[in-house]
Amino acid sequence: MRTSATERPGFVWVAPALLFFGLFGLAPVVVVGYLSFTSWSGLGSPQWVGLANWSALPGDGQVRGGLVITLTLTALCWATQTPLALAFGVWSAGHQRVRAVVSAVFFLPLLLSTAAIALVWKALLDPNFGVPAQVREWFGLSHSNVLGHPTLALYAIVFIVLWQFLPFHMLLYQAAARQVPRSLYEAAELDGASGFQRFLRITVPQLRHTIIASSVLMLVGSMTYFETVLLLTAGGPGNATRILPLHMYNQGFVAFEMGYASAIAVLLVVLGTGLSLLVVRVTGYSRMTSQREGM
Amino acid sequence: MATATRHRTPPEAPRNGRTGRRVRTRNTRRPAYGAGIGAALWLLVVCVPLYYLVATSLRGPGDYMSQGPLSLPQSLTLDNYRNVFEVGFLGFLANSLIVAFGAILLVLLVAVPAAFAIVRSRSRAVRVSFLLFLLGLAVPAQAVIIPIYLIITRLHLYDSLPAIILPTAAFTLPISIIVLTSSLRDVPGELYEAMALDGAATWQVFLRLVLPLSRPGVVTVAIFVGLNAWNNFIFPLVLTQSASNRVLPLGLWAFQTQYGTDVPGLMAAVVLSTIPILALYLFGRRHLLSGLAAGFGK
Repeated sequence: MRTSATERPGFVWVAPALLFFGLFGLAPVVVVGYLSFTSWSGLGSPQWVGLANWSALPGDGQVRGGLVITLTLTALCWATQTPLALAFGVWSAGHQRVRAVVSAVFFLPLLLSTAAIALVWKALLDPNFGVPAQVREWFGLSHSNVLGHPTLALYAIVFIVLWQFLPFHMLLYQAAARQVPRSLYEAAELDGASGFQRFLRITVPQLRHTIIASSVLMLVGSMTYFETVLLLTAGGPGNATRILPLHMYNQGFVAFEMGYASAIAVLLVVLGTGLSLLVVRVTGYSRMTSQREGM
Repeated sequence: MATATRHRTPPEAPRNGRTGRRVRTRNTRRPAYGAGIGAALWLLVVCVPLYYLVATSLRGPGDYMSQGPLSLPQSLTLDNYRNVFEVGFLGFLANSLIVAFGAILLVLLVAVPAAFAIVRSRSRAVRVSFLLFLLGLAVPAQAVIIPIYLIITRLHLYDSLPAIILPTAAFTLPISIIVLTSSLRDVPGELYEAMALDGAATWQVFLRLVLPLSRPGVVTVAIFVGLNAWNNFIFPLVLTQSASNRVLPLGLWAFQTQYGTDVPGLMAAVVLSTIPILALYLFGRRHLLSGLAAGFGK
């Protein structure tokens, strides 16, 4: 006679994790929606105000401006990080000691906290004692106050975000590039494909899933650029780098308009998930069944 | 960095005597030089700020003002480092360590049993729970900071270290569970069957089989959660207030607003704040890299 069926762990084993995650991870999404219909200063209880916050949104120039800057920043960060991470990731996947050493050095910025990185770059870009002053001395440029210049400040943030997060995405591509079957390259080489052609025709298509995953992470993660912006420019000069998450932060924790800030937060959640879904949809990620198509 | 671009050329196989093609084949190696040169340039971009950080932290104040930012320091001093300790660096360090270890402990405590259930259970509730964790992956912590502030104040935890630990652990939970489930999925089912035949209860299976086998996953998760807790800025900023609950990133920022002109001191503080993570990296590099790749490479 067979023994009774193997005893399997039940819901009890997931319950603590789910309860905990529900309270601090999922409930806030619902609560932020509720708060967007209230007026709340952060003290006392939120007062229901209906659609007041939502109807105020379209008239808020900083929301419209912030939306444009957020999208611009996200697009620029994506457009700079993706090709470089792809190229360096594939390069570092090669089996050479020097590549391993170089990619270990590339990794270092990831070990500095966002706050540390912001402080280092702020000092490095100092108009009087930093690199721009030095460069101005050498080449006679007119602008040494990079973070005080509306356009340059935005580009500086794009560059610093690139500096911080490139190693992470490089790592994803490196791991993925090592999975590409060598036989594909050998076959292409026999057909006389150049290295660049092989990169374009084999590497890039084979890394499709990683490109999508990395892009989605960048889009959702663009919310974390907020900390860099807060520490580097605090939205300035003027409103030149006032991205939407920063506007939310200022409304909530500086002006104590928590209800209105929640409405902006809902906008951000929708924007983040919406963009990610769009990427997944447009690239047809969901329709793909095989991880190794074309094999 | 010329060595970075050197490329090992494999022996050329004769290709049906068609010389034209053979020449092309050799040419195919060239684009790697392009990437190599690019990599060497990026190496410079990575290293210049790091050099600036370390060099500035060792400069005297006069040296910082008079010499260029990228020049070699005229004389080296450790005064800046000593000053950092005088403004409470050790307290910030202790707080950061408590937050990191608290978050790691909390995550492992709930995530390992959950991963066990997700891999082994046939219950519908467990499957739905897993989907909820996956769904939570898409929620950006920064966007829900206001409701988290509300929940933390309602729990009377505002301005305490648990106020940072709880949300940090929650937001690293989905990836931790993914990493742990994928490492437990590789355990062959026969092992569970064998233990069950021996009459082991579920909790015995968990203690004697699941815990030892999930060790690589546990190390990866610990590093990932620790790194996140160490770097987090927005949770401590919004959820704590007093200097006694200040963690390192906030300490650095406060240091900048108070002693903004003391850039060498600031850089010394940054260097010091990075040393624990650097040590962790040197210690667990392989785990860290494979863990990050496994956790996000889905």
